[in-house]
Amino acid sequence: MAKRLPLIRDRLFAGLAFFFAFLMLLLIGGMVYFLVDASVPAWRTFGPSFVTGQRWDAIRQVFGALPFIYGTLASSLLALILALPLGIGAAIFLAELAPPWVRVPLSYLIELLAAVPSVVYGLWGLLVLAPALRSTVEPWLEQYLGFLPLFRGPAFGVGVLAAGAVLAIMILPTICSVSREVMLAVPDSQREAMLALGATRWETTYKVVLPYGRSGIIGAVVLGLGRALGETMAVTMVIGNSLSMSASLLHPANSMASIIVNEFAEAVSELHLSALIGIALILFVITLLLNAVARGLVRGAAGPSAGARRE
Amino acid sequence: MADYRRRRLISRLGLGLCVAATGLAVLPLFSVLFYVLARGIGALDLAFFTQMPKPVGEPGGGIANAIVGSLVMVGLGSAMGIPVGIMAGVYLAEYGRGRFAQAVRFLTDVFMGVPSVVIGVFLYAVLVVSAGGFSALAGAVSLALIIIPLATRTTDEMLRLVPASLREASLALGATKARTIVSVVLRSASGGVLTGVMLALARAAGETAPLLFTALSSRHWSLSLGEPMASLPVYIYTYAISPFADWQSQAWGAALVLVVLVLVLNLLARIASRGHYRY
Repeated sequence: MAKRLPLIRDRLFAGLAFFFAFLMLLLIGGMVYFLVDASVPAWRTFGPSFVTGQRWDAIRQVFGALPFIYGTLASSLLALILALPLGIGAAIFLAELAPPWVRVPLSYLIELLAAVPSVVYGLWGLLVLAPALRSTVEPWLEQYLGFLPLFRGPAFGVGVLAAGAVLAIMILPTICSVSREVMLAVPDSQREAMLALGATRWETTYKVVLPYGRSGIIGAVVLGLGRALGETMAVTMVIGNSLSMSASLLHPANSMASIIVNEFAEAVSELHLSALIGIALILFVITLLLNAVARGLVRGAAGPSAGARRE
Repeated sequence: MADYRRRRLISRLGLGLCVAATGLAVLPLFSVLFYVLARGIGALDLAFFTQMPKPVGEPGGGIANAIVGSLVMVGLGSAMGIPVGIMAGVYLAEYGRGRFAQAVRFLTDVFMGVPSVVIGVFLYAVLVVSAGGFSALAGAVSLALIIIPLATRTTDEMLRLVPASLREASLALGATKARTIVSVVLRSASGGVLTGVMLALARAAGETAPLLFTALSSRHWSLSLGEPMASLPVYIYTYAISPFADWQSQAWGAALVLVVLVLVLNLLARIASRGHYRY
């Protein structure tokens, strides 16, 4: 009898572990079920025009999500364009050039960027970055590039450009630290072979390290993009919250996440609420696909542990 | 010779650009930290930590309820989320085989990528609507859902780093599998697991969007879990987007408190990871 107790405890422990792992399945399953179930009225009422419609009018009960899909894509792509060269450049410096006494504190500083809460970036973006953009960068863009619809004025400070800039700062650590890990996983023999052939440091990096780690670096970028698409608070605070769609990056807009934050509390009709939940569903599906693709790419390049700890 | 010079020049140029990129990448961090410190420090005094928010127009007042609210909800959220996350990680690393474990591992990754606003919307419908109102309990659950996938993933990874010989030695001495996991595997990976848990806590402490849909906020002193509860991130959000200068200055003060809290948690996590490979 005395020997039975540890065995029962053993079974209990294993059962508990299994149960909590199973809970993960239930939670994701529950989330999908709920998002689909609660957004049915919106899909049924508007059909495909829920995604392609440009009008979002709570009073007339017409809901088309295109302006917010556009706002999300525009701000995220802008963030990617800004963060990509900086993130990869910094990763090259940290993985290939910097001596350890520079590399360790700098890598830590860049990871600290990821630790600062989103709402603090929003505060900084709203009260520091947006006024600065309005008084310096945006008048310049308007004056010299204003003939393009992308940079047509008037400039407000808050808008797609400010959102893209804040997002760029927020996804930089993801891009940088994941691609640094991928570069560090490139075997030294590859570099040595290239250097022995007489290549310069840059040629070694450009022609060996980057191509060798290509799929992992692409994965890092996709991971960053996924983060940008789902980012909520910072974007809500700096994107300016406009319901109409404008091609100009200087104009206020709304992203999928920010429209949900802005209108969820005021949504009284069932259709309005279900339209907002429909947007959450679209957002969920997009980030799910991107994350699946990115993790596949990063895993393949840098082993099973890369990319997972960096969120 | 000229060709080599050209190549050397290109090399220096390319590498110089990488150095410049690194500088530019770190610059925003300094700017954010500088402004949070410079504008936040002015708002801090004893009253800021001990008093309640004042109505618009009245100067002074504090964020005592938001600080306590954040501590309560992060504490409760981690009390729920950390055990679940660690046990799920134990399952993946020690018991999980085959397709089910693969699926759970994949879903944990997916879970980490779910935008926090989606988690907020989900819990709003599941907990808030059915309970008839916003509550601190729902807020704590939303933070638990942020913590769970992070804790699961780190535990899984850290346990898989523990050499099999340790497990075999323990089992050979007659310990049960559960005893082996608790006393040998988890203990030798404790530094790494602790690091992951601290980082998850730091992340939860700064989350805003899920709280907006669950705990909302409150201008009153409340320790009741069934009522709306104030928190630092939501306080920063509401005060930052207000048009009043003294509210914005209080938002900077609250941001300073939050950033210090998060950075201290990160620092502790880093210290914990020093004892990472103890076997």
